[in-house]
Amino acid sequence: MKLRLVLWGLGIALLVALPPLAIALGQTYYIDLVRRVLILSIAAISLNLILGYGGLVSFGHAAYLGIGAYSAGIMAFYGVSSGWLQWPLAVGASALVAAAIGAVSIRTSGIYFIMITLAFTQMLYYLGISLAEFGGDDGMRLKARSQFSGLIDLGNPVAFYYLALALMLLSVFLVYRIVNSRFGMVLRAAKSNDPRTRAIGFSPYFYRLAAFVLAGAMCGLAGALYANHTNYITPGLMSWQQSGDLMFMVILGGMASTAGPVIGTFALLVIEEVLKGWTEYWQVVLGPLLVLSVVFFKRGLAGMFYKPDA
Amino acid sequence: MLEVRGLTKQFGALRASDGIDFDVAEGETHAVIGPNGAGKTTFISQLAGNLRPDSGTVRFAGADITALPAPRRARLGLARSFQITSLYPDFSALHNVALAIQAHSGHSFRFWRDARSDPALIEPARKVLNEVGLSARVNVLAANLAHGEQRQLEMAMALATRPRLLLLDEPMAGMGTDESLRMIALLASLKRKHTIILVEHDMDAVFRLADRISVLVYGRVIATDTPEKIRRNEEVRQAYLGSEA
Amino acid sequence: MTWGLVFEQLLNGLQYGVMLFLMAAGLTLVLGIMNMVNLAHGSLYMVGAYLAVALTAWTGNYFAGVALALLGTLLIGMAVEMVALRALYHRDHLDQVLATFGLILFFNELVSMIWGRGAQYASLPSWLQGHIDLFTGSRYPVYRVAILVVGLSTAITLWYVVTRTRLGMLVRAGASNRTMVGALGVNIRLLYTVVFGVGAALAGLAGLMAGPIYAVQPGMGELILIQVFVVIVIGGIGSVRGALVGAIIVGVVDTLGRAFLKPLLASVISPPAAEAAGPALASMLIYLLMAVVLAVRPAGLFSSR
Repeated sequence: MKLRLVLWGLGIALLVALPPLAIALGQTYYIDLVRRVLILSIAAISLNLILGYGGLVSFGHAAYLGIGAYSAGIMAFYGVSSGWLQWPLAVGASALVAAAIGAVSIRTSGIYFIMITLAFTQMLYYLGISLAEFGGDDGMRLKARSQFSGLIDLGNPVAFYYLALALMLLSVFLVYRIVNSRFGMVLRAAKSNDPRTRAIGFSPYFYRLAAFVLAGAMCGLAGALYANHTNYITPGLMSWQQSGDLMFMVILGGMASTAGPVIGTFALLVIEEVLKGWTEYWQVVLGPLLVLSVVFFKRGLAGMFYKPDA
Repeated sequence: MLEVRGLTKQFGALRASDGIDFDVAEGETHAVIGPNGAGKTTFISQLAGNLRPDSGTVRFAGADITALPAPRRARLGLARSFQITSLYPDFSALHNVALAIQAHSGHSFRFWRDARSDPALIEPARKVLNEVGLSARVNVLAANLAHGEQRQLEMAMALATRPRLLLLDEPMAGMGTDESLRMIALLASLKRKHTIILVEHDMDAVFRLADRISVLVYGRVIATDTPEKIRRNEEVRQAYLGSEA
Repeated sequence: MTWGLVFEQLLNGLQYGVMLFLMAAGLTLVLGIMNMVNLAHGSLYMVGAYLAVALTAWTGNYFAGVALALLGTLLIGMAVEMVALRALYHRDHLDQVLATFGLILFFNELVSMIWGRGAQYASLPSWLQGHIDLFTGSRYPVYRVAILVVGLSTAITLWYVVTRTRLGMLVRAGASNRTMVGALGVNIRLLYTVVFGVGAALAGLAGLMAGPIYAVQPGMGELILIQVFVVIVIGGIGSVRGALVGAIIVGVVDTLGRAFLKPLLASVISPPAAEAAGPALASMLIYLLMAVVLAVRPAGLFSSR
């Protein structure tokens, strides 16, 4: 336990120190790179809640990145650039869609659940493409960054970085509290042994649905952040490839662990950056790497430091 | 307390349950015995709500529960232990039981307070673990317990839900002599406080604990009576007991 | 919107459905018997298409190209099974999803490396080009009729094998109880390889037939794969009959929806609104259908479990 806290402290200190260090070394590119990692970490953390702790293999989680991003983008398109309105809408819309998709999907399990979540996300992807108003296939630019009444300027890379860091840490903390609460224990129990959980009197459906909605909402926030980060919103955010990436971020880091999703996101994005530097066809290397990691490297990186939570 | 009428369940051409009539009075310990393949587990599964009967009714404390799923029945006070041990392997014995306690302590949509150290869950869990004799092993992971201890934990989980009716599916499965004796002693102590349906192969336990015995053969109850009368019943001897009793 | 047009689109829907069936049949058997989620099934479809283009060009003969492409896809499929998928049979679905996802990335990039990222042109021999006259007075492409014929004959052959032969009986038994079949002394490994091989060949066949109509490009497999998932969810895992019914339904609904939803809407609501909503709704149609089926029958229409 002590070791965990020390490692966390170290990690946070490093992340806090990064911008001034990068500026001093003249490598401001890293501020952007790590900020992207932090934002996608939030998405991975949310997926870890339902996948790592809940055992729900949702292959459609990227949908909420898209919904969050488009919420911000569409509102900006119509002149509403206040973050106070945009971001809650991003979260709310994601929660609503998650409730709808979850209500139908969670009645199934196993292979069906995987295919269904994938199918629904693909549906949203096609919806995104068909909305010519908002750029269709090509996507659209974010008309203006989300404004927060002058409290914070997202145009300032360092300020935005620290906001992303703060929100990421908040997400980690939230999920940590949730999975150890009564609610979280039921979710984890249902994953560990479904018949036993029913036998003592819990109906897993409602707990899973609630977790699904929470995860969707959190991912929607990540989407709104991402739109501000890239200044561009495309349907590709909701593609199944993106969903697969999110799953790998959770797995590589170690499922059902607090730090796992963050570590996994760092790992995957760093590997991608390195590979992209080598060859244009970097996915031809990444693909087999991922296959090997699944076959041989089950417990993920966090599992190397300490045993993940039960 | 429990009233079963005409329970029928068919799997293709196999009649696993063939019009079973069955009663359990409050405070009674009613054993169900029968050869392998008689349909005992199918019967228990239909009582617990894991399997839907094709026809027939199950009434519990006067209410018709035939259409209720397992979690609802559990919340009404019908607790089940599994023949094949079914626990949470990565949780400690204490947390296993705490979960069972939690299932009967109001709703669980609480997202903030740490449940692992909640005294409202932990204290009652300790008490139940004491009752079954596992007080020395509360912090051991369920997967690391000895087989007999796991069966005790199964029992603890059933008891933790403050049941009105206990459905015990072969609680002594796979136990050695010492462990069996301990389990029989535990069950004897429970007799006074609970209504029990006991499915068992261990005839020693059955004849010591049961107030009444029902004999299940090919999905039908061929006899329901006191242990003495069952022991002497010709049909039962031929079908099942042979020279054992 | 004339009846001739409707009939033509109906034929298109059937033709698309038949191709979906070819993909779905193999996938549903692999899912049902081997309990294995194989996302790389779409890659085999793509491989079939690319091999047909390359080998037809190389041999100069359409039949040779098609036959070699089928053979090639079969061999590649079996190679993938032996090298990568064998390690995954006993793993949980999450692992299978992730590993086969990695395979998709690999195949898409490999194909890009060899042929580039743009679409390839798949040519047809002269006797498959041209049109025939329908009884409705309109003209319909010969090639699409050929697809229908090939697809339906394959469906009938499959039906015959699955319901009337010993192999088929093993396949059906395996789909509903794998362990039992193994316990009965059947060589499970061989059965798996055969099932997988047949599935791969069917996917390759669908791919090479699709080439001339749809674009041959990296990622083509995944686009159809997700619709194949919808087919299997609707039809039920492990059921070839379900795959056929599901495929026809999905193919027809999707095609008719894309063709007629916008004009239908335009007659009810304002044309500009229909212009926006029509295509959007049409693309969502089969998924909404899937949701409805699931609400009523969570295990699909013809589930074998």
